[in-house]
Amino acid sequence: MALQIDSDGTPSRKEFIYAVWDAIGKLYGEYGASLTSLMLIDYYMERKTAVIRTSLATVNMVKASLASITSIAGMDAAVHVLAISGTAKALEKKLNWS
Amino acid sequence: MQKRGGVTLKRVFADLHVCLSMNDSAATLRMISKTAKLGYRLIAAPLAPETNKEEVVKLRKACNEAKIDFASRIDLQPRTTNELMVQLRRLRRKFEIISVACDNKQVARQAAKDRRVDLLSFPFLDFRRRFFDRAEAELASNSLAALEFDMKPLLVLHGPARLRQEAAIAMKFHVPIIVSSGVAIEMLLRKPRDMAALACLFGLDENSALDAVSHIAHAIVKRNREKLGSGFVAPGIHIIREGKNR
Repeated sequence: MALQIDSDGTPSRKEFIYAVWDAIGKLYGEYGASLTSLMLIDYYMERKTAVIRTSLATVNMVKASLASITSIAGMDAAVHVLAISGTAKALEKKLNWS
Repeated sequence: MQKRGGVTLKRVFADLHVCLSMNDSAATLRMISKTAKLGYRLIAAPLAPETNKEEVVKLRKACNEAKIDFASRIDLQPRTTNELMVQLRRLRRKFEIISVACDNKQVARQAAKDRRVDLLSFPFLDFRRRFFDRAEAELASNSLAALEFDMKPLLVLHGPARLRQEAAIAMKFHVPIIVSSGVAIEMLLRKPRDMAALACLFGLDENSALDAVSHIAHAIVKRNREKLGSGFVAPGIHIIREGKNR
């Protein structure tokens, strides 16, 4: 899942993934979060994009959690889903990332 | 994408509740361009009853420049049923979408059965004033009103909500559900598919959630534009050509 972070500042990799886990935990609890098998694959600080991996069954849960993020590390922020794909290669192709 | 009659139709997304500041044109333009960037093709903004036509034309023009469609909307907050009737009579032909904020049961019931009302909205966190029960749903199912869920309170407020139960009642009685943002800040705008994912939180399946941010909103605006057109007589009856009196 490729994501675009929309915020005034630039959150660090750690701050971003904490915000994502926090949002999932708030909406679905520890048990729900454990089902997602969430993992941060790539984080491009300069263009504020990230690639995360999640299990197919919980894509909607993760999408809802990402949409519920309103701040990252105290900065107002929004996370938009750019694209979803089955493999990292297909995702890069979809977004024309080299 | 959706397939209808062998043809693949792309969903056209709409947000029927974007709060635009009429005093700050720069902020308005920013909100419009942001909604366009996020993938919406139709937005509606609540306006004041005394808004003149020039302001609506100006907003429509700004939206057209961003390649999105604009629908005028008014949010009514009547305290009595009489007040609601008076406001509907006065404003129905001036605005494309009429939403009624139901603050008491009498107003909620009247709004649900009145075919001039497009959207029913209820206070988000105050359970005692959320009157969308089975009786309300039954009335709404016989008229044209849809149930509106704003996502803003879900993003900015903390507290329990009872939306799942209401969504289930609405679906049982085939009352259309609309999901809109209701935000005035760009940062709180979400992509339509993200809004649909949020709508799944209160029990809508994926297709219904996507319909709530696309087809249903478009259908309301299309129906009202037809009604406001000069050739409309009654549902299904239009003036095609006027003859000369001999």
